[in-house]
Amino acid sequence: MCAARNPVAGRDGLAVLDAEEIRRALTRIAHEILERTHGGGEIILLGIPTRGVPLARRLAARIGEFEGLEVPCGSLDVTMHRDDLRLRPARALGRTELPAAGIDGKTVVLVDDVLYSGRTVRAALDALTDFGRPLAVQLAVLVDRGHRELPIRADYVGKNLPTSQREVVHVLLAEVDDTDAVLIEDGGQP
Amino acid sequence: MTADHISGQAAWLIRGATVIADPAASDGRLAGPADILISGGSVAAIGPGLSAAGARVIDADGLIALPGLVDLHTHLREPGREDAETVETGTAAAALGGYTAVHAMANTEPVADTAGVVEQVWRLGRVAGHCDVQPVGAVTMGLAGTSLAELGTMADSAARVRLFSDDGRCVSDPLLMRRALEYVKAFDGVIAQHAQDPRLTEGAQLNEGEMSGRLGLAGWPAVAEEAMIARDCLLAAHVDSALHVCHVSTAGSVEIIRWAKSKGWPVTAEVTPHHLLLTDELAENYDPVFKVNPPLRTAADVAELRRALADGTIDCVATDHAPHPVEAKETEWSDAAFGMIGLETALRVVQQAMVDTGLLDWAGVADRMSVRPARIGRLTGHGVLLAVGCPANITLYDPAAPPEAVGYGASKSRNTPFAGMELPGRVVATVLRGSPTVLDGKLA
Amino acid sequence: MKRHLISAADLSRADALLILDTAEELASLADRPIKKLPTLRGRTVVNLFFEDSTRTRISFEAAAKRLSADVINFSAKGSSVAKGESLKDTALTLEAMGADAVVIRHSASGAPHRLAGWVRGSVVNAGDGTHEHPTQALLDAFTIRRRLKGPGGTATRGEGLDGIRVTIVGDVLHSRVARSNVLLLSTLGAEVTLAAPPTLLPLAVGSWPCAVSFDLDSELPKSDVVMMLRVQRERMTAAYFPSIREYSRRYGLDVARMARLPEHAIVMHPGPMNRGVEIAAEVADSARSTIVEQVANGVTTRMAVLYLLLGGTEFPEVTQ
Repeated sequence: MCAARNPVAGRDGLAVLDAEEIRRALTRIAHEILERTHGGGEIILLGIPTRGVPLARRLAARIGEFEGLEVPCGSLDVTMHRDDLRLRPARALGRTELPAAGIDGKTVVLVDDVLYSGRTVRAALDALTDFGRPLAVQLAVLVDRGHRELPIRADYVGKNLPTSQREVVHVLLAEVDDTDAVLIEDGGQP
Repeated sequence: MTADHISGQAAWLIRGATVIADPAASDGRLAGPADILISGGSVAAIGPGLSAAGARVIDADGLIALPGLVDLHTHLREPGREDAETVETGTAAAALGGYTAVHAMANTEPVADTAGVVEQVWRLGRVAGHCDVQPVGAVTMGLAGTSLAELGTMADSAARVRLFSDDGRCVSDPLLMRRALEYVKAFDGVIAQHAQDPRLTEGAQLNEGEMSGRLGLAGWPAVAEEAMIARDCLLAAHVDSALHVCHVSTAGSVEIIRWAKSKGWPVTAEVTPHHLLLTDELAENYDPVFKVNPPLRTAADVAELRRALADGTIDCVATDHAPHPVEAKETEWSDAAFGMIGLETALRVVQQAMVDTGLLDWAGVADRMSVRPARIGRLTGHGVLLAVGCPANITLYDPAAPPEAVGYGASKSRNTPFAGMELPGRVVATVLRGSPTVLDGKLA
Repeated sequence: MKRHLISAADLSRADALLILDTAEELASLADRPIKKLPTLRGRTVVNLFFEDSTRTRISFEAAAKRLSADVINFSAKGSSVAKGESLKDTALTLEAMGADAVVIRHSASGAPHRLAGWVRGSVVNAGDGTHEHPTQALLDAFTIRRRLKGPGGTATRGEGLDGIRVTIVGDVLHSRVARSNVLLLSTLGAEVTLAAPPTLLPLAVGSWPCAVSFDLDSELPKSDVVMMLRVQRERMTAAYFPSIREYSRRYGLDVARMARLPEHAIVMHPGPMNRGVEIAAEVADSARSTIVEQVANGVTTRMAVLYLLLGGTEFPEVTQ
């Protein structure tokens, strides 16, 4: 863990994970998924935009390397199901792309970068029910920073990161931000 | 005040005004502020340092004393549309605007096309007492444009009508217009035309131009006014009779009138205060308070109208005060009535558009808003530059009053396009034949 | 803050792209088992239609319902308006019912502007007189983008209509669809040309962001999109053109003219059509014609508009 203040990709903040550590965490999660889903045969990885999507793809690629398995991968935008829509101006929608075979009877693994209050995941569960009835839903996150406001927990966690509510966690991924890193910044107010 | 104003009882002394006087009668003594002594309804003396025991004093320091304003074009709506205005409320508004005489247009219900109706309007004016009301007679029966109204009988009536107009409608039949022009020569009458070719303006809503195209409102082409004016000038010249053109609104119309006058033809013209200041861009939000006939035009038209008023091609300012009840204006544009009120704001708008821009001085204002309108309307006793012995019809105006937002005044209606706009100046007092109708900006 | 959608001029390029991109995301809703989203639950959308228009009203109704909004339909026929109630009083009634949005179609240009002064909710212009019909332009732009920019309609996020040449044909003077399209399509980067007889063009059309031509045939080979406007027979009695026959001969899109369009070009019509007048039946039914998909795209685009206006506290501020 780098202790130095390190402006990365234009952002201030303490780097708590570097690219190498992210890579290892994703490798571990991929193995854990394979373990807990008995070989990953009937799973679908759905990334929550924005950064959940490249994470889902990386996981699918890893699983493909390890097991020679092509795991269906997609994205699930949850904007329309959020419970805080009325608090801010309307948001632009992210891409929703589900595999053609659908989700009925499959194990859906939702993938996101940060798990915080849990409200995004609740919205994702609601959105999923509009598409069908999965056999089970699991959750993989790169970072769990605590402070849950709903009874939601992740099945796979890259790193547990205790934070205070004043702090802001930035996840940077090469596909979006040209570099891989996880930063914590002091936000100033809770 | 119902007193007959033939003999104003009290003597009044207006002290320290800048007097717009008759140059011939002032022999240079009025270079600075002067006093005006009023007695028996007339001007008894003008000069600095007058004194008069027993006279009530009006402090006019810093004020301009104009001959009482005369409006050639007002709609008092009575009889028939008393929900919008009455002679009482309309003339009160006129007095507050500095007017001592108004010409009441004939498009009432019933139409003023007989001696009976014009005499009724005339009497209502005398009873109200705020200013003189000179009725205008219709040119055609019922304003239908098909047969002449009894112009001679109206001229001979107690109302002594000299100005005839179908305003609201155009006398579009060229033969009828020719006959009317010829006929009124017998009694020194004047035909005032509302120039609007009906076929070119069917369903028209707004000046035809960039705005009307953008807003999807049927266009009102300038040529509908200009072609009619050209025709009427030629007719007036042909039969050698007086034509007055109502509410000129386009640069093209000005050019035609200028040409006609250069030929020595008997043509006069008026412009409204709103056409000196406002353009069709105000229609952007479809607020019908800006809907008027003729429509607001472009900035280029406004500039040309100002120049024309300054050089006298346009003879006078006439308000075309057109009251409408709230529900006639609080609706979709295409459903709304045409018209704006303007008696109370006229002088302030003219100050903003003409005096403060350096185009006209106060002597010019007196000429365009009092002398010429009275002459065109053949109105005696008004429009006389102040001189000893002339009737005491006087407007006291403060051009230096701090600019104030226009509110709602004495008119019964609220359709002023200047609402909330800051205009300079303030009418302080109006005197009608020696008796004040307005003192300190309020009805006396 | 954008509270209303009354004119296509209200939308910047970024705003328009946001609406189109949002519509792209919502388009797949029709393929899902549950064709509904909860986003506007508890919001009330009133359809205030003073002019008959089943097609547009149903489109807005479907859009609102798919977002779980409550819809109240108010049609002028047989209502208090037919008895002479003013627009203002109707507006105050809606206000009392708590409308979050009012979709208004009216025969008077400027009616939505007046309405916006009397209600607190959002006003969406569904066509006012001869002024504008912004959601029509949006669905037209969406249709053009799908057909001409995306391979099969995907991967067009953030893309405008740059370089696309659109020819709009017909009674431009009286067309709210034309006005909105000229504004929106040029905002999105398209090159717009109007083709019409001089009597059916506004006098000041030179100040519009488009080219003008009196000769349809010279425009066809260089058009990627031909948009036909409906021409009303009543215009003939007002001397806008001598006869339907002559109009059709000079400005109608028949099979021969369609053959002179580039390979990829599409034919559009806002509907309802006068088959045989401005457009031949075979053209309307051809593969180039987008008339049917324009209807489906209408629901999607209107969903996007309603979501962006009502889904959050306000329409988002967008920068490029």
